[in-house]
Amino acid sequence: MKKIIIHLYALFSFNQIAISAETEGMPQLNPEFWFSQIFWLTISFGILFIVLSKFILPKIRNNLESRKSQIMDNIEIADDQKIKGEKNLKEYDKIIFDAKDSAKKTFNLAKEKIQLELSKEREKIENELNSKIKDAENEINDLIKSAPEKINLIAVDTAGEIIQKLIGVEVNKSNVSAIVNDQIKTTRDK
Amino acid sequence: MAANPMYQFNVYRIGPEIKIGEIDISFTNASLFMVISTLAILIIFNFGSKKKSLIPDKIQLLSELSYSFVSKMINDTAGAKAKPYFSFIFSLFMFVLFCNMFGMIPYSFTVTSHIIVTFVLAAFIFIGVTIIGFIKHGLGYLKLFVPSGVPIILLPLIVIIEIISYLSRPISLSVRLFANMMAGHTMMKVFGGFVVSLGLVGGWLPLGFSVALTGLEILVAFLQAYVFAILTCIYLNDALNLHH
Repeated sequence: MKKIIIHLYALFSFNQIAISAETEGMPQLNPEFWFSQIFWLTISFGILFIVLSKFILPKIRNNLESRKSQIMDNIEIADDQKIKGEKNLKEYDKIIFDAKDSAKKTFNLAKEKIQLELSKEREKIENELNSKIKDAENEINDLIKSAPEKINLIAVDTAGEIIQKLIGVEVNKSNVSAIVNDQIKTTRDK
Repeated sequence: MAANPMYQFNVYRIGPEIKIGEIDISFTNASLFMVISTLAILIIFNFGSKKKSLIPDKIQLLSELSYSFVSKMINDTAGAKAKPYFSFIFSLFMFVLFCNMFGMIPYSFTVTSHIIVTFVLAAFIFIGVTIIGFIKHGLGYLKLFVPSGVPIILLPLIVIIEIISYLSRPISLSVRLFANMMAGHTMMKVFGGFVVSLGLVGGWLPLGFSVALTGLEILVAFLQAYVFAILTCIYLNDALNLHH
């Protein structure tokens, strides 16, 4: 598309040359200022090349390199600090762990001590109680043992008195007790 | 006269006529824009390299990005051996780019739209690359014309083709830039002329084209500078790393 238009325009402008002598078609092909262009191109490009390569580009290169090294240094420092931080974190964790451990130990120790004391105390109290219960049981047993004799005595006395009142005879106590005992035995056996 | 789209490419003398012997080296509008481009590059990059802050400001960022852009371009195409030629390729790229871009300003002059300018640059590159090739590889540089893995019967033909293509490098390099710049500016002028001649009624369509073309031409201005620089890198690569 571009080329077609150029051709058209080249044609058009060449026609114009024919029409007016002032225009000269493609000014690029007019060698009048070729040497001037070459000369000034050499001068300007030469100066550009020399100044850029000698003064400006090394500075930019230095800037870029120093930035790179600075960033690398910073990354290194950051890495170091990261490692340090991780180390610190580990230490911290260890300390916390140790503290928890020791706390547990202390707690367990105290618990054991308390339990020991508690069981001692309990044993003591239980012993006391046991002895008291035994005493009481003994007493009850004694009472139980002595109770039938007393009952016998009472029964013999009452039986003697009743008989005396009924028949008006003085009864031999040993006889009465023998009978009562016999009676009690039979009722017990029943 | 101004309606002629080729008029913008006219070179005329500014100031007095300067002659060395028979050769006319007067200061012209072309010279003026070469000097302006050079000064602009030097001023921008001077300011861009002055400060050494860790976090760059805009102009420093611009120059540093350009530096790494060209550096990467050279490294990708010509390898690490091309490092000594960095300054030259950087200057070349910036010079062509700034000349192209200054040409986009209305009523300015496009230095690179002149075949003689681009041809001198391309011829300089061609001769320089050829000299570098012969210095680095001696007569072995001629192996460039003998590609490996080609049947012997075809070899004479291939060698001739390779030699022709090698010799046409400066022409293709210079004509590519010159033709692109000239074509673009001519087209813009043509459409601008249409806007004027069609007037208020029909001028809107070519005006739209003009606007679109301006964007396209700015792209082309960058692209052609890039292509010019990268082809230089490729030629340099042939001369430095001979493995055809």
